[in-house]
Amino acid sequence: MSHSEPEIVADHADAAPGYEPPDGHDVVRALGTYLIGLGLATLLTIVSFFIARTTLVWQPSIPVALAVLAIAQMGVHLVFFLHITTGPDNVNNVMALAFGVLIVLLVITGSLWIMAHMNQNMMPMDQIMQMQR
Amino acid sequence: MSSFEATAGRGDPHPIGYNREPAHHSRTAEHAAGGVASKRIVVGYGFWIFLLSDIVMFSTLFATYAVLVGQTAGGPSGRELFDLRNTGIETACLLLSSFTCGLASIGAQAHRGSWFYAAMAATFMLGTAFIGLEVREFVGLVARGAGPTRSAFLSAFFTLVGCHGLHVTAGLLWLLTMMAQVFAKGYRADILRRVLCFSLFWHALDIVWVALFSMVYLMGAAA
Repeated sequence: MSHSEPEIVADHADAAPGYEPPDGHDVVRALGTYLIGLGLATLLTIVSFFIARTTLVWQPSIPVALAVLAIAQMGVHLVFFLHITTGPDNVNNVMALAFGVLIVLLVITGSLWIMAHMNQNMMPMDQIMQMQR
Repeated sequence: MSSFEATAGRGDPHPIGYNREPAHHSRTAEHAAGGVASKRIVVGYGFWIFLLSDIVMFSTLFATYAVLVGQTAGGPSGRELFDLRNTGIETACLLLSSFTCGLASIGAQAHRGSWFYAAMAATFMLGTAFIGLEVREFVGLVARGAGPTRSAFLSAFFTLVGCHGLHVTAGLLWLLTMMAQVFAKGYRADILRRVLCFSLFWHALDIVWVALFSMVYLMGAAA
C-alpha cells in the first residue's frame, strides 16, 4: 500500500467514472452493486428478446418498446457498471455524458430526418435512369 | 489582468475537483475550494471523454445503418438473415463478461491476486466466445452470398457490427496486457489507473452492444 495514492477523505470529492471505494468491507457493497446491475440488465435483455418475437402485442409498438428497453438498459449499465451517478462528486462526468448524448441525438435524428426528407422528394429510380440515357 | 497574472504559470486555474490536498489551498483558493484533483480522478475523467467520443463515432455508424437499412437492392433483408438465438448467446457472453470485468476491478482495488486473475481470465474467455460467434456469423453470411458487397444495407451492417467487433478484439488484447502488467509490476498506482481505464472501456463496449442488438438484430427481425 506504500505506493498507492492517498485515499479520498471527504465524501464530496470528485469521483472518477468506474471508481469504487478501496478494500475492506466496501468490497461486499461494490459486489452487491454489480450483482444488482447484472440482474436488472439480464431482466431487460430477456424482455427485449421476448418482445421482439411475440405476437401478443400490437406489432407497430414493438420498435418503440425495444428502444425504451434499450435506453433503460443503457441507464442500468451507466449507473451500476460505470458508476455514473447524480451525486455532487460526479458533476463533471454527468456534464460530459450530457454533451455526448446531445451530439449522438443530433447525429442520429438529424441524419434520419434529412435523408427521409430527401428520399421523399426524389424522383423514382427508373425515371432517373431514363433521363440519363 | 492582475488575476490572470496571479494564476498564469501556476498550472491549470480551473482544475476539476475540489476539496483535495490542502497544501495547494492557498494557490487556487480563488478558483477551487481545495486544489487539483488526484491523478486517478483526472485520468478517469479524460478516459471518459475519450469513451464519449468513441460513442459519438458509433452514432455516425448507427445513423448510416438506420438510413440504409431498407436499401437491400433486391437482396436479403435482416428478417431473413438474422439468427436471434446466436445474438442471444452473444449478448449473454458480453453481459457476463462485463460483470466479471467489474469483479476484476474490485479484485484489483482490493489487491487480491487470485480474484483479479480469475475474473480477468473469465472476461477473456467470454469475450473470445463473443468474437468467435460473431466471426462464425459473418462467415456464414458471406457464404450465403450476403457479404458486405451485396447491398447498401449489408455494407452498413458489416461496418457497424464489424467496428464493434474490432473494438472488442482490441479490448481483449488490452486485457491480456493488463494481466501481464499486474503480474510483472504489481498493484502500483499507475497500473491500477490502467485497469480502471480498461474496465471503463469494456463496460462502454457493452453499452454499444445493447444499442446494437436492440436496433440492428431485434428491430431487424421484428420489422
